[in-house]
Amino acid sequence: MQEHDLSFVRAEMVANQAPPVSDHGPVSWLRKNLFANFTDTIFTIFGIALIVMIVPPLIQWAFIDAQWNGSDRSVCATVVQGGVRPEGWSGACWAFVDAKFQQFMFGRYPMDERWRVYLTGFLFVGLLVPLLVPSVPRKGLNAILLFVVFPIIGFFLLTGGAFGLRPVPTPLWGGLLVTLVLAYVGIAVSFPLGILLALGRRSQMPVVKLVCVVFIETIRGVPLITILFMASVMLPLFLPPGTTFDKLLRALVGVALFASAYMAEVIRGGLQAIPKGQYEGADALGLSFWKKMNLIVLPQAIKLVIPGIVNTFIGLFKDTSLVYIIGMFDLLGAVRQNFADANWASPQTPITGLVFAGFVFWLFCFGMSRYSIFMERRLDTGHKR
Amino acid sequence: MATPQSTVEGAAPRVPLFYDPRVRGIAYQVLVFAGLVALIYWIIGNTSANLQRANIASGFDFLQGRAGFDIGDSLVEYSSDSTYGRALFVGFLNTLRVAIIGILTATIIGFIIGIGRLSKNWLINRICLVYVEVFRNIPPLLVIFFWYFGVLSVLPSPRESIDLPLGSYLNSRGLYFPRFLWGEGAWLVLLGLVLGLVFAFFVRRWAHKRQMTTGEQFPVFWTSAGLIVGLPLLAFIVTGLPLSFEFPALSTFNLQGGIQVRPEFLALYLALSFYTAAFIAEIVRAGVLGVSHGQSEAAQALGLRSGQSMRLVIIPQALRIIIPPLTSQYLNLTKNSSLAVAIGYPDLVATGGTTLNQTGQAIEVVAIWLVVYLGLSLGTAALMNWYNARMALVER
Amino acid sequence: MKNFVKALLGSAAVAMFAVPASAATLDDVKAKGHVQCGVNTGLIGFSAPDDQGNWKGLDVDFCRAVAAAIFDDPEAVQFTPLSAKDRFTALQSGEVDVLSRNTTWTISRDTALGLNFAGVTYYDGQGFMINAKKLQGINSALQLSGAAVCVQAGTTTELNLADYFKANNMEYSPVVFEKFEEVNAAYDAGRCDVYTTDQSGLYAVRLNLTNPDDHIVLPEIISKEPLGPVVRHGDDQWLDIVKWVYYALVNAEELGVSQANLEEKMNSDNPEVRRLLGTEDGSKLGTDLGLTNDFAVRAIKHVGNYGEIFERNVGADSPLKISRGINALWTKGGLQYGMPIR
Repeated sequence: MQEHDLSFVRAEMVANQAPPVSDHGPVSWLRKNLFANFTDTIFTIFGIALIVMIVPPLIQWAFIDAQWNGSDRSVCATVVQGGVRPEGWSGACWAFVDAKFQQFMFGRYPMDERWRVYLTGFLFVGLLVPLLVPSVPRKGLNAILLFVVFPIIGFFLLTGGAFGLRPVPTPLWGGLLVTLVLAYVGIAVSFPLGILLALGRRSQMPVVKLVCVVFIETIRGVPLITILFMASVMLPLFLPPGTTFDKLLRALVGVALFASAYMAEVIRGGLQAIPKGQYEGADALGLSFWKKMNLIVLPQAIKLVIPGIVNTFIGLFKDTSLVYIIGMFDLLGAVRQNFADANWASPQTPITGLVFAGFVFWLFCFGMSRYSIFMERRLDTGHKR
Repeated sequence: MATPQSTVEGAAPRVPLFYDPRVRGIAYQVLVFAGLVALIYWIIGNTSANLQRANIASGFDFLQGRAGFDIGDSLVEYSSDSTYGRALFVGFLNTLRVAIIGILTATIIGFIIGIGRLSKNWLINRICLVYVEVFRNIPPLLVIFFWYFGVLSVLPSPRESIDLPLGSYLNSRGLYFPRFLWGEGAWLVLLGLVLGLVFAFFVRRWAHKRQMTTGEQFPVFWTSAGLIVGLPLLAFIVTGLPLSFEFPALSTFNLQGGIQVRPEFLALYLALSFYTAAFIAEIVRAGVLGVSHGQSEAAQALGLRSGQSMRLVIIPQALRIIIPPLTSQYLNLTKNSSLAVAIGYPDLVATGGTTLNQTGQAIEVVAIWLVVYLGLSLGTAALMNWYNARMALVER
Repeated sequence: MKNFVKALLGSAAVAMFAVPASAATLDDVKAKGHVQCGVNTGLIGFSAPDDQGNWKGLDVDFCRAVAAAIFDDPEAVQFTPLSAKDRFTALQSGEVDVLSRNTTWTISRDTALGLNFAGVTYYDGQGFMINAKKLQGINSALQLSGAAVCVQAGTTTELNLADYFKANNMEYSPVVFEKFEEVNAAYDAGRCDVYTTDQSGLYAVRLNLTNPDDHIVLPEIISKEPLGPVVRHGDDQWLDIVKWVYYALVNAEELGVSQANLEEKMNSDNPEVRRLLGTEDGSKLGTDLGLTNDFAVRAIKHVGNYGEIFERNVGADSPLKISRGINALWTKGGLQYGMPIR
């Protein structure tokens, strides 16, 4: 018989001790993330040097030395250049952006008709935001409103000529307005067209397949500006004499066709990733081709390629800036056009204008990419381990 | 009793011709084909009618005509007396030049930034992230303008050129290098280089074979480097240093002599490289993350150092994921080089535009653009597909 | 299926936006209700949008005169800003009805390009501008060997430049841009030593530079640049209209008919004035042209005569302050000569 002599039985846990200082708190974070070993330290020093080289001058230029208001070029030019600034001054000329802001946004859209642009903008935001927020119900109705009803209202609001609205011809449009119109129409057209092309490319019918392949590969193989050039100046050559199209419409056709070829390839990637069983299952249920696609295949395929789709949208948004080359004044075009204004010509004007345009483009594209990451996480129904 | 028999024995119930999927498919295709032919016929008819009405000659004869305009940046002999065909060729070479150098630089920067995005060093990681997010979300045309105006506004005039080492100068007219002037016997140096490369290739093959059979390693890298550098150097010394330099020197307006890299090229090249590098960085990051964790653990277990495991284990596998999207980035860069037209770099679109404007041959010039860019795209795609096939996982 | 949908969309788009096809430009213009006019993207004095975005300039006013002659409304015109490169394609393709964009009249443009020039609204010549402050001691174009020269692509300027330097055995490095604004920006940023374009253009550009006073225009004129409105080949009626609107403006100046005294001149009994203004009894001069007999009245009433257009846009009343020079009337030693209206 043996008995254990339990002279000490622990009845309660020892209180948790704080981890050692070397393992938590700012010092340890620094050590782990910045100075883990010799090479890491060198990299960190290099990084700090890089930041010191770039960031303070940038802040100095963009904020501290910047000129925020003024009515003409003299506030942004040095004395030698006919201004008031001392020699060697270098700062952003935000006064230029301030003075031209309306032009950057609307181009030459008539002043007293701009409420129409605002109204269209509010309608667009009012329809887009509920569509983007997942918890808002009635997505189907919302989508129909945004992609079917809104374009009609927007078309009449912006161009006018009906319901007692004064007509505003598109050559007067400009700035961000044109950029957004191009992007919206491009996205709204290229998505369905891209799906059709992708389905066509995977079709069993050789003629349809060939047509789609040739279309997609040709468009993807050439630069957008040659397509825009063709759409903008050569299209009338291909049409019966005397037929004229609106210039903006032609640019829209060019951008939309270009984007739809890229969209088709992205969606094709999604279609290929759907296992064959899904197609066969749908066939076994006796669904027709379009029902099979609409109810079974496309919802899964599109979910898989959301990042690719949004990337195509971002690419399209950026590509709208190319219409500047064919002589239209989108945001970038409006900014560049105003460099020629003698009233504002100074060495700082161009770079300030470009920074402003860049920032606006960046905001939109960055916003889109963040939203896509958000959606990707939300829709991730556990395919990943 | 007998009647049902016949229905069972007979073929499937007769489907109306219209619902037979095969007949339907053929009908659709005939319809599409007919529509397409009609459309093309209609377009050609309209075009020729329009051309005739405007009295515009068509055909490619204009390529033989005297161009009459000068091109600032040319890789081959060109003057205003050359033909339009030659002008287009000069533009084509300029497109190729910026595309090739741009692709090389973008790949290098892209890999550095991509690996940096995976770094455990927080600061480096963030810097690379900021780089990617900034450049990915700005139109390339803007990036080109930034570089061009940024470069132009910072650089001094020719008389206040910045002196760089080795007799080079930097000013608002570009970057100037001394030009190498090879003297007598210089071909021997070239021969040395070629021989060095050939020897290095054979040494590598031999060493690989030996390692496979005996397991003995051979210092391939150092031998090759010695051969490639040593042989030309030897030839160079033996032939009595047949090299002199032509240094750029200031004349009335600009620096004369030497090699000039114009700011248009610099801006386009830097912009395309930096812009595309942001995309390549994301591709590289995705590729490296795509290699399963077990691979790097296994490499550690084998005792490979982190650099070695990256080089020998991770990267070769990541390349399989990286190459297809990388190809499309290369194509994008090539196509984006057509934005050169906005800053006056004489690429194919720019010289073609001038030609088009002077001869009025819009259709022909656009056809040349389309064919050349399609050719470049298909060529690059074929090359990368070949490389991809070599790198792909060989499955049993 | 998809192609069917595309065809449907396509035809719908054509139905919505297309204007019925017709060969006669005048009928098209009347159906549209406006003249589509191709202009420069921004050349002060010739065509440039002002702060409110209204187009101003000599070329612009000429288009307004054509519109006024047809519609009695100088606003019945829409402007398409065109780069030098796009301008002819735009005209050939029917994108614009008349190209009034400081375009030089040459034989090849008249023939091979399928264009017709309607007259010369401005006689110009190509010159050079340099920054005299940076390049002291240079006062002739013959001293420019080795210079970097900024020039616009696809212009006769570009060709003359090549010829001039070749003829004088000089070297240069061309810096070529598509758009006029881009050439200006590059020159102002110091990208090149010399700016070359038509002399009127040089004066206009100089106004827009950071330090206008630093720059001088060199005395040499190296080319003839007759600038005028252009129409498509093959529509004689439209060519006549554009041509005679221009001659009417010049004749009006010769006869002393201006915007101010038009009312009074309407009652003039000078037969030449009466023919010009269509007040002659039984006159068919305007209707034969396809317009109304008072087409010249309409143009002058809204835009003024040639002299007024000149002075307002490029002459003494403008910032450019270019003297009439060879653009004076032939009676005053210039080249502007209105063909007789009778």
